[in-house]
Amino acid sequence: MTKNLFLSAAISLTAAVTLTACSGGDAPAAKQSADSKAPAATGSRDQIKIVGSSTVYPFSTAVAETFGKTSNFKTPIVESTGSGGGLKLFCGGVGERHPDITNASRRIKSSEVELCAKNGVADIVETKVGYDGIVLANSRKSDRLEVSLQQVFLALAKDIPDGNGGLKANPYTRWNEIDASLPNKRIEIMGPPPTSGTRDAFVELAMEGGCKTFPSIAAMKSSDKNRYKAVCHSMREDEAFVESGENDNLIVQKLNANPDAYGIFGYSFLDQNAGQVQGALINGVAPEFENIADNSYPVARSLYFYTKKAHVGVVPGIEAFLAEFLGNKASGPDGYLADKGLIPMPAAEHAKVKASTLALTPLSLK
Amino acid sequence: MTDISTASSSVTPDWTVQTPHRAKRERAEKRFRAYGIVAISIAVAFLASMLLTIFVGGMGAFTSSKIGLDITFNEEVIDPSGARDVSTFRDANYRPLISDALTEIFPEVTGRSEKRDLYKLVSSGAVYQLENMVTENPDLIGTTQRVWLTAGTDANLYLAGKVDQDVDESLRQLSSVQTGRIETLKSGGHIKTALNKSFFTNGDSREPEQAGILGALLGSFFSLLVCFVISFPLGVLTAVYLEEFARKNRLTDFIEVNINNLAAVPSIVFGLLGLAIFLNVFNLPRSTPLVGGMVLALMTLPTIIIASRAALRAVPPSVREAAIGLGASKVQTTFHHTVPLAMPGMLTGTIIGMAQALGETAPLLMIGMVAFIVDVPSSVVDTATSLPVQIFLWADNPEIGFREMTSAAIMVLLVFLVLMNLLAVLLRKKLERRW
Repeated sequence: MTKNLFLSAAISLTAAVTLTACSGGDAPAAKQSADSKAPAATGSRDQIKIVGSSTVYPFSTAVAETFGKTSNFKTPIVESTGSGGGLKLFCGGVGERHPDITNASRRIKSSEVELCAKNGVADIVETKVGYDGIVLANSRKSDRLEVSLQQVFLALAKDIPDGNGGLKANPYTRWNEIDASLPNKRIEIMGPPPTSGTRDAFVELAMEGGCKTFPSIAAMKSSDKNRYKAVCHSMREDEAFVESGENDNLIVQKLNANPDAYGIFGYSFLDQNAGQVQGALINGVAPEFENIADNSYPVARSLYFYTKKAHVGVVPGIEAFLAEFLGNKASGPDGYLADKGLIPMPAAEHAKVKASTLALTPLSLK
Repeated sequence: MTDISTASSSVTPDWTVQTPHRAKRERAEKRFRAYGIVAISIAVAFLASMLLTIFVGGMGAFTSSKIGLDITFNEEVIDPSGARDVSTFRDANYRPLISDALTEIFPEVTGRSEKRDLYKLVSSGAVYQLENMVTENPDLIGTTQRVWLTAGTDANLYLAGKVDQDVDESLRQLSSVQTGRIETLKSGGHIKTALNKSFFTNGDSREPEQAGILGALLGSFFSLLVCFVISFPLGVLTAVYLEEFARKNRLTDFIEVNINNLAAVPSIVFGLLGLAIFLNVFNLPRSTPLVGGMVLALMTLPTIIIASRAALRAVPPSVREAAIGLGASKVQTTFHHTVPLAMPGMLTGTIIGMAQALGETAPLLMIGMVAFIVDVPSSVVDTATSLPVQIFLWADNPEIGFREMTSAAIMVLLVFLVLMNLLAVLLRKKLERRW
């Protein structure tokens, strides 16, 4: 008897659960008519989908949340996939399965535009979000570092010039071996892995920037471009440079625990944790709001997002979302994104970007 | 009698005699026990320090500071037409109500940026709190009420004692003027600490004081529901067929080896499979618990099959033989006797498999469940995250306030894991039969 009870209990439980799941499946249809917030969907998707860079993610999500609360549209979904991964998904095609917007911490490449075109994504609208600086920071418990781009390169490169036109493996293990003015400390730098857009930008701006200050390497640029890139873009692989994952918060906490170490991450993390970490002066310029905005800080880049024009008008709310993102309240010089660590564009540039985006001017890589 | 006693005394070694050899063995035994104790205490110390860190770091998230303001629900601001229509309540701008109340307390604040700073003491979500109050009770319009509004992110951190006052003022998120204002509010009885209800009732948010775990919790619930509905019947029936009905031949051996291997496949592989098949071939909606649950079901199936087979094998053959002897068919024997007897073991295996699925992030990464989703899901096809994903996302946010949210979310996840495992242990204790 008890045995039978048990079996029937288990079976009825399964049946009940199946039923709930089925009714759960029917729910959205009912919900759409009931929920006054959901407008009549022209496509089968009524929610904007955004993918892309983890650097733009904090800004994109802040806009998405405000948009969801202040408009009659659903809150967009934002996935953090990295710039490259986002563009790949974005260029996958047109239709409700493909995202509407992708964030990027670098500009779209011509190869990606070609991929998009191949999959039928013809018109892409490019929008600059603002600027971001990459900082080399350490704990407030020790002194602030003051370096030049060349010294950053010498501390982090895999191979460095040997002074006779050739190259040698990086011999430096302490900062003061590079230059007597630098601290007598072991070189210990934590940074993002190669999959990160921050790493790409750091390599391009800081490493290459320091690298080409050597005349022998600068000459290489015209003679052997591949070799030039290999030399300038290769980070050392010994214990002096530690890849610390995509989580910048973790780097900040590690810096706190180890005052002798330095970390590479985006300006928004320095801004939010300014009580604990300080950014190094690079070429004599401090990573501060004004210096990044006027481009005098050497390791600064632009952030973008790309919108699929074919989806505008099909997925409801894209135009309103663009208007919210480019409103003065959000990405304007005093907008709420500045509170989140974004370096906004100057008013004139902001107005220009706003006009071209809201007119849905297609991108042309010229 | 004497024979036996002499015989036993001759067999029993004389323990009082100390031979060097024996002393050595005893030392070895003592050493081994010491190693064991050391190993256990190291493990316990690690566990305790981990739990302590999470607990200390996360407790703050369960309470939040509220600022009490005397809000005048001005009719001209909320409903100028006097029609008392809900949609006008939605469109109204509640910001002036809060700023008026704040200006009343701090009449000396005048400049634009000064005012902006002042309003930051109150969370940007406070306007929605007022909106909901008015929508629920339109009679409030025209009255003045003491309303407890959530404090802003930085004010919250300061009141929780998480702001280091020794740091130079320019580097702090909150200036000395602002902290002075908070102290004024405090001494005026405008500040209290209350249970952070929004943590349990909200979806994700970019403001730590407004972010909640409910969206992730329901996402996990719906995913596990789908996972259970698929994997439990499939797993149990597979186990019953393989154990009770299938002939032992090369094919069943091959299937068995594969099931055992599948249990050891890293979970990210199942995520890739989900991406390739459920999303790309079947065109199921991305980022939904439906697909998440299907992927988790694939992952849990081998665990359930293996546990169920072990439970069936533990049922003594005499039970089956007795049933067959009394004329029951094979199906009757299995479903009337064997399966009910094995059910506690099967359920235990299922619960442990589900607990494992609850803590899984990697496969969900591939199917788009790692995303910023504000709306709380209400069915298996609504977009959603899950508990471990929420922890991962919060750990990555730059705002300091999210650190304690992360720890708090870990605590919630741990509570559910412990509850599920406890249920498994209880089921086993209560229902298991020994033969």
